[in-house]
Amino acid sequence: MNARVQDVSRRTFLQVSLTAGGALLIAPVISRVASAQNAQPPANPFNLMIRIEPDNRIVIGAPSPDIGQGVRTSLPMIIADELDADWSRVAVEQLPLGIDFSGAEPRWMYGSQGAGGSTSIPDAWAELRQVGAQGRSLMRRAAAARWGIAADEVATRDSHALHPDGRRLPYGELLAEAAALVLPVEPVPLKTAADYRIIGRPQPVVDAADIVTGRARYGIDVYEPDARTAVMLRCPYFDGDIASLDDTAARAVPGVRAVVVIPGPKPGDPITMNLATGIAVVADDTWSALKGCAALKVEWTRGPFASESSAALDRQCEQLLAGTGQVVHDTGDFTAARANAARVVQARYRIPFVSHATLEPQNAFVHVMADRARVIGPLQQPAGASRAVNLATGIPRAAIRVEMTRSGGGFGRKLTNDFVAEAALISKATGWPIKLMWTRDEDLQHDFYRPFGQHELVAALDGAGAVTGWTHRLASASKYYRRAGVAAADMWGPELYPDDFPAKLVPNYRLEWLAVTSGIPRGSWRAPAHTANAFVVQSFVDEVAAASGQDPLAFRLRMLGADRVFDYEQHGGPKFSTGRLRTVLERVAAEIGWGRRLPRGQGIGLACHFTFGGYAAHAIEVAVSPQGALSIGRVVTAIDCGQPVNPLGISAQMQGGTIDGLSTALKLEITIAEGRVVQSNFDGYPLAMLAEMPKDIEVFIVESSESPSGCGEMGIPTAAPALANAIYAATGVRIRSLPMRDQLADALARV
Amino acid sequence: MSIRFTVNGTEREFAGDGDMPLLWYLRDHARLTGTKFGCGGGFCGACTVLVEGKPQRSCLLPVAALAGRSITTIEGLGANGLHVVQQAWLDEDVAQCGYCQAGQILAAVALLERTPDPTPTDIESITNLCRCGTYVRIRKAIARAARAKRT
Repeated sequence: MNARVQDVSRRTFLQVSLTAGGALLIAPVISRVASAQNAQPPANPFNLMIRIEPDNRIVIGAPSPDIGQGVRTSLPMIIADELDADWSRVAVEQLPLGIDFSGAEPRWMYGSQGAGGSTSIPDAWAELRQVGAQGRSLMRRAAAARWGIAADEVATRDSHALHPDGRRLPYGELLAEAAALVLPVEPVPLKTAADYRIIGRPQPVVDAADIVTGRARYGIDVYEPDARTAVMLRCPYFDGDIASLDDTAARAVPGVRAVVVIPGPKPGDPITMNLATGIAVVADDTWSALKGCAALKVEWTRGPFASESSAALDRQCEQLLAGTGQVVHDTGDFTAARANAARVVQARYRIPFVSHATLEPQNAFVHVMADRARVIGPLQQPAGASRAVNLATGIPRAAIRVEMTRSGGGFGRKLTNDFVAEAALISKATGWPIKLMWTRDEDLQHDFYRPFGQHELVAALDGAGAVTGWTHRLASASKYYRRAGVAAADMWGPELYPDDFPAKLVPNYRLEWLAVTSGIPRGSWRAPAHTANAFVVQSFVDEVAAASGQDPLAFRLRMLGADRVFDYEQHGGPKFSTGRLRTVLERVAAEIGWGRRLPRGQGIGLACHFTFGGYAAHAIEVAVSPQGALSIGRVVTAIDCGQPVNPLGISAQMQGGTIDGLSTALKLEITIAEGRVVQSNFDGYPLAMLAEMPKDIEVFIVESSESPSGCGEMGIPTAAPALANAIYAATGVRIRSLPMRDQLADALARV
Repeated sequence: MSIRFTVNGTEREFAGDGDMPLLWYLRDHARLTGTKFGCGGGFCGACTVLVEGKPQRSCLLPVAALAGRSITTIEGLGANGLHVVQQAWLDEDVAQCGYCQAGQILAAVALLERTPDPTPTDIESITNLCRCGTYVRIRKAIARAARAKRT
């Protein structure tokens, strides 16, 4: 995914040293030549990957921010296993953003540190294993010298070096000797999977004890000395502006210290900093700032999209789909396949805008000083935060320190750092350290929403029921809207992934995209286009199976055909294995008892999809009352994400992804009226409650020694289509428009 | 005029704006930051605290209404070792991002106080939102805590 930072090279160079307290520190190298030229101290005062204390406790640095996807647990597990550390005595510290700007090219110090596109694990896998293995090699060499034996005679386990004669030395007693050794330049050998003692075993969230006692620190919990709190009111109209502003009453609120107008991007310009024009009320505390905001008297201009509405966007899609668009992929001859087909199946689907709605509203602490700046926040893309502050202030990126707290959700919202830019602009304008707090209303009304679109699918079948042609035509509002440097011809890129199922499995295969014009900002919403396209494709596969009298499982297996590996050029590649997808599909079908006879009003639905390197499937059983009341019964998921790193974390991601997928499909939609978002809190955007969600979600993790993918996004795409397919199996009602809301009851009432 | 109340067993006195929601008093003034802000409208429950043992959305509760009341936040719950509900949360590895969990735990504590042996339907009376979707494990953790309380 495009969430990744491209401007820094990947290799992490390590050095070993002894701290004043006698701990061994294995940390990234900062170029000496360049830092000598720098008047400033290094941007990161504590820089570590591994610290081994004399009492044998070990601290491991977590490179990527934890947004609920569990990487503060799983990434250190990778280092700890190769180090042969005793995990029960490992503590994890969050690393700050580490980019070394001292060389000709910026260089990641701790490996890439974004959290997006399920990339943290696959990006870090090789590098973090090498970090741990280098540490272990130091310990073996230090013990070997102590014992007068060869290093390869020294075994390790649970933070101890083991002599062949049974003697044991804690790592903590070898630190001085280890610190005198030179780390190998060449990569050291890594463990084989059979030797993993931490990887692949269930490990609870490292911060769990802090979370259940309220001690875990999120962005909202940053209370820096002398910081003031800012709350903003932003123009609700897309590309609107301030028509008039009277801040007299706001300034009169006790505790309010300043009112600052923060201009937004010009209409149509790329969004590189903040999202919209707004007014910041800066106060001594949050309540005063909120009251100040409420006291602002502001009139907005309605901007160029004042007539935009959800209904108008639907009409626009219908008009577009009546014409022709940009053919972005064309294999074989779909037109001929259709003309020669024994049967043609066609259906239209609709996917709404949705919001990320992280439970922690956007917030950031930024202190802009004369020649440097400091950022602390719940970030998904800390390198982007540094870029945003640089753009907002002109301060060189090397002088911007970025620290990450835990984040109360991310889901792609924080891949953009508009809220960091705002805090920087307010800090720059006032000179104060600023903690910017978004309200929920502002959060739901100013997001980078998952794109809306209408999809038209057509399948051509021969007389034997084989699919000979397939077309997917999509009219959507591209995610790349107002992204710098994207040509009009490339706007389709994030909307359709040409190598997704059933590409290469159908001889005549065409993808066509049509550009919907809309003023609403768009962005990456957890598993971006996969959530839309897997719903559409996996629902339509079921429709084609039904229309041609084929069993939905058998039909999917027939389409997948013999196990093969294809090139996959989009994010998640470079390869796609039909066999791995088949395996997860067959697994959920077997676990749920596919094929058994069910009473009237009950049904099972299936779906499978390849998402960002991982293979996932859902089987969902539902019961529907004659009045259309839906009850979700068993929910079974399977995932093949390669070598599982933390099975407990994978299971949580699959359960949570399933609930995100179901909650979103059932009820959630952002609608537009008069050029602005209608919804403004959870009453209008009703995230599912516990009572509405399945009592259990069974997760099966495929044993694999393949290189690991991430798992933060694989649980979502197949949940909604499996549900829709189950509803169809139970009732014969096909739901083609999300969210489902009352469509089922309405359809049954019409029968 | 100042308002007196008790937070986690400690007497507090607040002389500021009585309209200030308890949430912002706890966070900005008492620096008890385990209580989270999620929506400000009483919908999500991230700000749940116990007032006289009953779960309340602190974002909608003005400090002026709390004179003489006793408030328990997540920090107070764990004051003498982990509460049985907190321990159950650890045992079931409930948390993902963790942001809603203080509110979820306090809602569960209150549920178990009035319903020591909750049915699944009783558990479904909890309306706190979890954006990560930890509901399956929340159900299990509450059932586990109920068992632990009985033994």
